[in-house]
Amino acid sequence: MQVLESGIGELLQPYSMEEFREWNRTQKPRGFVDKLMSEQEAIARFVHDGDYIGKELYGTCRAPMSLARELVRQGKKHLRAVGQGVLELDLWVAAGLIDAMDITYHGLEVYGVSYALRRAAESGKLKLVEWSNGAITWRMKAAAMGVPFIPVKSMLGSDTFRYSAAKVVECPFTGEKVCLLPALVLDVALIHVHRADRYGNAQVEGISGFAFEMARAAKRVIISAEEIVDTEEIRKYPDRTTIPYYLVDAVVHAPFGSHPGEMVYRYERDEEHIRDYVQASQTEEGMKAYMDRYVYGVKNHQEYLELIGAERLEYLKRTCVGR
Amino acid sequence: MEYNRTELLICSAARLVEDNCTAFIGTGIPMLAASLAQKLYAPNLIPIFEFGGTGALLVRLPRAVGESRTFYRAVAASGICDIIETAQRGFVDYGFLGGAQIDPYGNLNSTCIGGEHDHPKVRLPGSGGGNDVGSHCWRTIILMQHEKRRFLPKVDFITTPGYLTGPGAREAAGLPRGTGPYRVVTSLAIMGFHPESKRMMLLKVQPGVTVEQVVENTGFELIIPDHVEENEPPTVEELRVLREEVDPEHIYI
Repeated sequence: MQVLESGIGELLQPYSMEEFREWNRTQKPRGFVDKLMSEQEAIARFVHDGDYIGKELYGTCRAPMSLARELVRQGKKHLRAVGQGVLELDLWVAAGLIDAMDITYHGLEVYGVSYALRRAAESGKLKLVEWSNGAITWRMKAAAMGVPFIPVKSMLGSDTFRYSAAKVVECPFTGEKVCLLPALVLDVALIHVHRADRYGNAQVEGISGFAFEMARAAKRVIISAEEIVDTEEIRKYPDRTTIPYYLVDAVVHAPFGSHPGEMVYRYERDEEHIRDYVQASQTEEGMKAYMDRYVYGVKNHQEYLELIGAERLEYLKRTCVGR
Repeated sequence: MEYNRTELLICSAARLVEDNCTAFIGTGIPMLAASLAQKLYAPNLIPIFEFGGTGALLVRLPRAVGESRTFYRAVAASGICDIIETAQRGFVDYGFLGGAQIDPYGNLNSTCIGGEHDHPKVRLPGSGGGNDVGSHCWRTIILMQHEKRRFLPKVDFITTPGYLTGPGAREAAGLPRGTGPYRVVTSLAIMGFHPESKRMMLLKVQPGVTVEQVVENTGFELIIPDHVEENEPPTVEELRVLREEVDPEHIYI
């Protein structure tokens, strides 16, 4: 198969599917191991300097914000990230943890462009390789399938392709041009879910975003869950298990773990807090003040929730629309 | 009745979608246009949001493409692969897009402006689902602010493909046949694309706007047909529904 065009972007995470298989054979126990631990322990044990990291769903929706803040507190360095994000990516980029990103979208959605991204990208400090949302998820899907690449019809003809690490080839069956996306095997993934048991069986409600693909594409998976349930509860509704236990390395109990984002059917997003954040993030000083208060100023997620206050959290639960 | 530019844009876009169609909806104004269309013109419009929401009733306005409002009382809540793959196999009729820059062929930039890619003058959010929408949806509707610095002969970065360099270029690049930009809606005009040259063509001016004003605010040569109609201004009913039902929290308007 002849390569017709190649993107000039760097392949930030070189991979081998044989190695990934070997990893899954040797490093992922099939037994039911108790993986429940604190967020400090989970981040300390399973995220390493230089790792390629991903998170799911999205900075304001079912986002692993408690884990994202802990990562900043522990100051992990020289990370590379898969970049579809809002608040979680913003914190990491602003804290200088990320050297390079496979970017799809990094912004503040209804509130516009990210000031943290602008500062990092425009100064040339942050290396960016471009992809579309579909492409980045399909890259994880390829890894989840255990194959080295996946052919798609996105990205063709664009500069998004040109600044990616994808390739265009002629389809050996139909002769048409297709874009080949390299598989993406992450070192570590952070995923926030509605409920999990202590072994890592995890269930998500509402849209599944890309939890299914990311959990299967990562070497290490840290789950934070609103609720820790007995395995019996999981066994009652096995059709709801998006992520089975053997994919998971750590389980962290994190009620309101997505705050200031939302958790569908449980609590609304904290619009006031997000607005204050957007305001603060406009300058480096503002960002520093925000982080001093909400990230560095608290020891753990429990203290963060105390800082936000029970009254506020109750309000977010009460105003959640439900089904 | 008085209205602002955003309201005009939303009302104009809402009239473009047919009933019993699927439409890929991005953050911001497209959400309002889809919601208004669903309430007034296309009750069976199926909004599709990239992280998995299909067929939501847009009772309350989403503020993010993954949030609960994108699948409130929806017919399905799946994930991003399912959604983009649904578009890739030809099930999505309309796609709404925005951008910071556009060229005569409807190519869009939402990635970076000026400088080099690794050192841009202004870094924007990036493709998100934009490239997927513009690649796969049958008809793409682009909503833009109409300014000379945004309507350029050449965009700084093609985030999302329009007709690329002209007739046949999409197909030559391998993009699905029969897809591409359909309308460009701004607060000054509604534009389409010439069937042969694939260059942007004026269709209607917005109320009170002259052809000259449109030309003045466009940084490339726009095809001007002999007869250009004036678009109907937002109706009292459209504005009432928009303000009271679509965005009562005043998130966008």
